[in-house]
Amino acid sequence: MDLAQTYEIWRELMLDQEATWWQELFVRFYQAFLEADRWQQYLEGVGVTLVVTAMALAIGVVLGVLVAVVRTAHDQQRPGRPKNPVLGVLNLICKVYVTVIRGTPMMVQILIMGMVIFASSRNYTAVGALTLGINSGAYVAEIIRGGLMSLDIGQTEAGRSLGLTYIDTMRFIVVPQAFKAILPALGNEFIVLLKDTSLISIIGGQEMVYFAKNIVNRTFDALFPLVGAAVIYLILVMIFTWLQGKLERRLRQSDRR
Amino acid sequence: MIAVEHLSKSFGDNLVLDDLTEEIAEGEKVVIIGPSGSGKSTFLRCLNLLELPTAGTVTFDGEVITDPKVDIDKVRRKMGMVFQHFNLFPNMTIRKNITLASVRTKLMSQAEADDTATALLRRVGLEDKADAYPAQLSGGQKQRIAIVRALAMKPKLMLFDEPTSALDPEMVGEVLEVMKQLAEEGMTMVVVTHEMGFAREVGSRVLFMDGGHILEQNTPAEFFAHPKEQRTIDFLSKVL
Repeated sequence: MDLAQTYEIWRELMLDQEATWWQELFVRFYQAFLEADRWQQYLEGVGVTLVVTAMALAIGVVLGVLVAVVRTAHDQQRPGRPKNPVLGVLNLICKVYVTVIRGTPMMVQILIMGMVIFASSRNYTAVGALTLGINSGAYVAEIIRGGLMSLDIGQTEAGRSLGLTYIDTMRFIVVPQAFKAILPALGNEFIVLLKDTSLISIIGGQEMVYFAKNIVNRTFDALFPLVGAAVIYLILVMIFTWLQGKLERRLRQSDRR
Repeated sequence: MIAVEHLSKSFGDNLVLDDLTEEIAEGEKVVIIGPSGSGKSTFLRCLNLLELPTAGTVTFDGEVITDPKVDIDKVRRKMGMVFQHFNLFPNMTIRKNITLASVRTKLMSQAEADDTATALLRRVGLEDKADAYPAQLSGGQKQRIAIVRALAMKPKLMLFDEPTSALDPEMVGEVLEVMKQLAEEGMTMVVVTHEMGFAREVGSRVLFMDGGHILEQNTPAEFFAHPKEQRTIDFLSKVL
């Protein structure tokens, strides 16, 4: 007797209200994942979730690095020499960007992007990924800036005193050390981003929660689709946490004594 | 070799260096002493423009390096600096610490720089540490490496900013020994220090700074035997 037949029989029992609790659970589980090969929809959703995360991450890191570099370069201008006016304007733009993005809820940002700015677009997933990337950029920028600022100024001075240029000092001395210092915070931001992709379903972005909600609408049963989605997120996050730990251990090789 | 004229430096309202004029000739070993807050570190850091003077000029090798048009990176390649807290790069091996600048500034190829590093490390007795990371070394070893790192650029002038102040007492000797050697080889040196023994033994001239001024200067023998200013006498009575 295969699963499909079992399901048919137990569903009849359930409709006659004669099924035991575990037979009923099996029927609900079957409807959520197996009937009409619905598990494929979760997989498709996971795929989209990962692609959206990757796109948002790429946008976020590029924006974050740009903003952090502008703001750090601006703040590290030497006292006593005239300030660079271009850098001043760029710094102001960056400050406004970080303030607005960090000061408004992600959900509102997604709704504004989906229903106002890109109201005519049908590519909801791309709009969602773009919004997440812009949002993430503000946080990544502050993480990177914190990392650059936290490094002992003596490191920069040692590099410059040897005749290295500002760029070379940044590239070989400051950034590698700052990167190691901010990796935990960056990993955390990545995990937040991965989970926040679920929010783009509000404007029709077709990631995992979108499909789970569709299945709820089909079967009038929310338990397994939602718990299933939660478990999948949890597994993804655990995989990435593990990978991050491996990377951190590798970068720590210069700390061994 | 290096001269300052009417050099002043203030941090906000705080005037740290007040109109200094001084010249250091090639081959001199100038030792700067004075109480904390007297401006001696700031003076040293003005020489390679780690601090930008508020007023006045610094002339190195005939070039006015305080001119904003001067490429300061090029000038600094000829001036080595050793810091109180070593400031080795913890993310690199010792070899990389020593070779990075000379390779990046195209002074040497990687192979030449590696040879130079090996020779210099042998000189300070640390050739077995080339592939170690700074975190694996003691304070004295770190400071000797920091000196070697500066020497790898083949500088004409070496600046030392309290090179032994952060060391455990038993490690001071090994660092001073390296500096003494360097002095004997004829390197021009400017040393901010609290090591009066070193000043007496190695220095060719002692500057005493207080309140942003060079209050008194003399040969070490004269300076320690017959200090003139009351402030100098008070200071020496406390530290000797």
